Amino acid sequence: MLYREAGQFKTTYADDQALLPIAQDRIGLLLILIVAFVAMPMFASEFFLSSIMIPFLVFSLAAIGLNILMGFAGQLSLGTGAFMGVGAYSCYKMTTIFPDLNILIVLLLSGLFSAAIGVVFGLPSLRIKGLYLAITTLAAQFFLEWCFIRIEWLYNYNDSGAIEVPQRMLFGLAITGPHATPITRYLVILSVVAVMTLVAANVLRGRIGRSWMMIRDMDIAAELMGIRPLFSKLSAFAFSSYYCGVAGALMVFFWLGSAEVESFDINHSFLILFMVIIGGMGSLTGCFMGAAFIWVLPVILRAIPTAFELDILAATMEHISSIVIGVLIIFFLIVEPHGLARLWRVGKEKLRTWPFPYAN
Amino acid sequence: MNIKKLGAIAVALATFGVGMPVAQAEDTLFIPSLTYRTGPFAGGGIPFADGFADYFNMLNERDGGIGGAKVVVEECETAYNTQKGVECYEATKGKGALVYNPLSTGITLALIPKAPVDEIPVFSMGYGLSAAAIGEKFPWTFVYPTTYWNQLSSILKYIDANGGVKDKKIGFIYLDVGYGKEPLPLLENLSESMGFEVAKYPVGVKEMQNQSAQWLNVRKDRPDWMIMWGWGAMNPTAVKEAAKIRYPLDRFIGNWWAGSHNDLNSVGKSGKGYLAANFSGIGQEYPAVQDIITHVVDKGNSKVASKDDVGNVLYNRGMYNAVVLAEAIMVAQAKTGTKSITGADMRYGLENINLDDARLKELGLEGFTGALKGSCADHEGAGSVFLQQWTGDDWEKVSDLIEPMNDVVRPLLEEAADKYVSDKPDFKGQACG
Amino acid sequence: MEGLLTGLDTFLIAPFRDMASLPDFLLQVVWEGFVSGILYALIALGFVLIYKASAVFNFAQGIMVVFSALVLVSLFDLGVPAWLALIITIGVMGLLALTIERVVLRKLVNQHEAILLMATIGLTLVLKGAGQLVFGGEPKSMITEELGLSTGSTDWEVFGGFVIFQHIDIAAAVIAIIMVAALALFFSRTRIGRALRAVADDHQAALSVGISLNQIWAIVWFASGIVALVTGIMWGARSDVSFALEIIALKALAVLILGGFTSVPGAIVGGLIVGIGEKLFEVYWGPMFGGGVEAWFAYVLALIFLLFRPQGMFGERHIERV
Repeated sequence: MLYREAGQFKTTYADDQALLPIAQDRIGLLLILIVAFVAMPMFASEFFLSSIMIPFLVFSLAAIGLNILMGFAGQLSLGTGAFMGVGAYSCYKMTTIFPDLNILIVLLLSGLFSAAIGVVFGLPSLRIKGLYLAITTLAAQFFLEWCFIRIEWLYNYNDSGAIEVPQRMLFGLAITGPHATPITRYLVILSVVAVMTLVAANVLRGRIGRSWMMIRDMDIAAELMGIRPLFSKLSAFAFSSYYCGVAGALMVFFWLGSAEVESFDINHSFLILFMVIIGGMGSLTGCFMGAAFIWVLPVILRAIPTAFELDILAATMEHISSIVIGVLIIFFLIVEPHGLARLWRVGKEKLRTWPFPYAN
Repeated sequence: MNIKKLGAIAVALATFGVGMPVAQAEDTLFIPSLTYRTGPFAGGGIPFADGFADYFNMLNERDGGIGGAKVVVEECETAYNTQKGVECYEATKGKGALVYNPLSTGITLALIPKAPVDEIPVFSMGYGLSAAAIGEKFPWTFVYPTTYWNQLSSILKYIDANGGVKDKKIGFIYLDVGYGKEPLPLLENLSESMGFEVAKYPVGVKEMQNQSAQWLNVRKDRPDWMIMWGWGAMNPTAVKEAAKIRYPLDRFIGNWWAGSHNDLNSVGKSGKGYLAANFSGIGQEYPAVQDIITHVVDKGNSKVASKDDVGNVLYNRGMYNAVVLAEAIMVAQAKTGTKSITGADMRYGLENINLDDARLKELGLEGFTGALKGSCADHEGAGSVFLQQWTGDDWEKVSDLIEPMNDVVRPLLEEAADKYVSDKPDFKGQACG
Repeated sequence: MEGLLTGLDTFLIAPFRDMASLPDFLLQVVWEGFVSGILYALIALGFVLIYKASAVFNFAQGIMVVFSALVLVSLFDLGVPAWLALIITIGVMGLLALTIERVVLRKLVNQHEAILLMATIGLTLVLKGAGQLVFGGEPKSMITEELGLSTGSTDWEVFGGFVIFQHIDIAAAVIAIIMVAALALFFSRTRIGRALRAVADDHQAALSVGISLNQIWAIVWFASGIVALVTGIMWGARSDVSFALEIIALKALAVLILGGFTSVPGAIVGGLIVGIGEKLFEVYWGPMFGGGVEAWFAYVLALIFLLFRPQGMFGERHIERV
């Protein structure tokens, strides 16, 4: 009744090609953005912002990065954590070498290094497919992890081998470092993620994005139709790694404040993989849903014993949340392999015919 | 799963975000305990967390808390993971947390810059950043009773006293992360001044249980002594591999995270002779430990798997961590004259702590550890370590307390502290009289 | 020019000079590599068994190793005699296989292999959580002697030096050889084994001649459960039974690339190449890179190998058609 596009006529091609052709979707997105940009900073508690919203946004961006590669270009990768690390370390190096350069510019530049490394490790994809490729991305993961430890220049010869975020200002306001309030950090991350999501949405429906999907669906057929696999596959790796790299830099600079190599280990790669699976491969909305689900669920589970004053060990909840997430992954794969995004779409379809589902 | 459920989650989230309990009841002392009872290092994390919680429980049962205020210990599971550690910090700091014991070098590094801003001290007992010993530079961080660097100097002193260190070759096998690499600058510095040669053997976190290559290199290089900076599953594997290549175990010294019952129980007889540094007493004989057994363990309020685990190396170390905090709370209460204190008071308490031998005896911990006295400038106490030896089924203390080489280490620590703050103009230190 | 020559010398010649100068030590390095290679091969074997029969890339093989060893050790700690604990553990692995087949695989028939892979990643999480919930997170020691495995060692004096052979390592090698031989016999001589190969070749054809897919799948999962148990005992005896072992199992993935996903001899040869290769590389070349190169050697070797032979050593060449 409410969600129905009847009466909305498209009179120009531009209208027809709009990102969100349905008016209700536009209003919905606007509402979400208002809540995110205005209501959240005003009403949410500090804990909610810094432990739920900020990680959620960082992981969403990383999940978008992985989803571009996996869901849209069909190349399985287990090296997301390491690519995030490349972004974080290059951001750190650049901002310590050029302390006066605006941190946001540094942030966006750091993704380029990640993209370059991504292309290098994407080269095998020209010859290798599927699971074999997934395992070669493990080579990227472990080799890069080793580099983060062994190349001391990367962390400015710090004795502890960690990178520590220096304070950087924007418009006279500290946006990184310990003095940056959760609200400013949240708003910076939110803006970056919002803009990058918009870019991704447009790239994906454009020429390049479509060539990725052709490669995903059948690469030989795509090649016969004039898609250059070399360019498509490598551009997918570059694009995906760029997003992961920026997400990694965001993670260290705007969330953790310091990072060791373990912050980018293989478990991290898996975490983002789970987000993509649960959220739905090949869907941008799904990335946000998956990230919310995988990150927030354990936080809620962990809060249960304190909230209800149950005498359950924190560790027990940790085991239980591991089991629950595992079961959910299997459950989703069996019941809805396309993830939360698909459920969302089904829900929207239902909504269109509600309250008269048999009227058509 | 449908929209209704998604909605339910959203509602749950919203209440969660808004409805966080802010203040605890009036007269309690809230101490978050970042533990890792899961993950690859759980073997060490579990006894430590047990000892920590049990001591405070004992104080609550026996004395009704500290100065009349009950201690509330809330565990938060980090699995030795920095992200989760930071999340635990954010989740608990609003509840009036007095102090944080990060129990991981990575989490410590993440919390050090946050401590002065949120005014909650960080107490990384014998781990974390060695440079934090310099109180002028790190007002909010404490590393009692001593740092990794001092510990290394004590170990080298022991070697020097047992056959000399000059012109010897010393092998250093370490976990290849921040924790293991921390003492390297000091080791290299001392190798020049004391005239020994260093051979380094890094062990990756993923290779902890697969060390045969490192020990083959040891067999090739034949170092006179081996020093280990290990943790978790790395330790038993290393001792087993050392025994396998017939390395003389009484010339193999672990640091204080590489010498617990949990490490050596699975090695058993073949680990006989292995040495490790330690700063907290072993066994159940201390009256304070006995009190824990009567008031907590026997009543079934402890999480230890069996009563025999009480008094183990790491259990006692966790307990010692709690002892230092309890003492600091008392100092803070004496200063403010109130039962409940703030993080800033806690900082004062930690800085002015004075656990001398008489006080330790009062606490029922005579001979448990060396005296500890803090000051504005000294946030490590330059405590001493002793060496213990594995007899095949238990640890035995084999040396007296070995003083660290303060004169050598302190300037280096100051240098490191300067380096840490050099690129952080916003990092506030303090002036000490 | 001079610099280049010395560089070439340190990288290409000096390591071999080292090898030749201490032949007994070289032999020891190779033996250590051989033993870890066998353990990698055993994990890889578990993968291959399942992949061959069901095209499921079983990521959970690593955690199955830990899980089975934990069940065994925990049963013993409860006072169950070692031999009985072993039998019960085998029973538990059988039960696990049945459950996995019934609850997970049967529902996912005909799905894309990436989806099946992810299902096993989900399974990994479940086993990890359940294992720690039931048995606790502390490392436990393997009941090596109670199982009748010797923990001693034998010296072999050779080339003016000596090579140390741990009995447990010898046992690992012998058991691995027996197991591979038994599997080979099972595949070629028994009815079920032949059915298994039929399923591996063509699901539909196998179904149409009356082979029960479900039954075969449960059997292969059971078989790789037993392989996991043996691996768990062997690796547990070398260090500890702890959840940290799971990460080592990832190295078997590199072995699989070398050997091909479907080849049993490939898994063995791949395992040995990785095992011996990484020990030699770490000992003789590692110091040039600051050590710790073992962490990535296997994967990078696999990556380079793949560029030249994407189907693995023994894999079949796959020709794609539109």
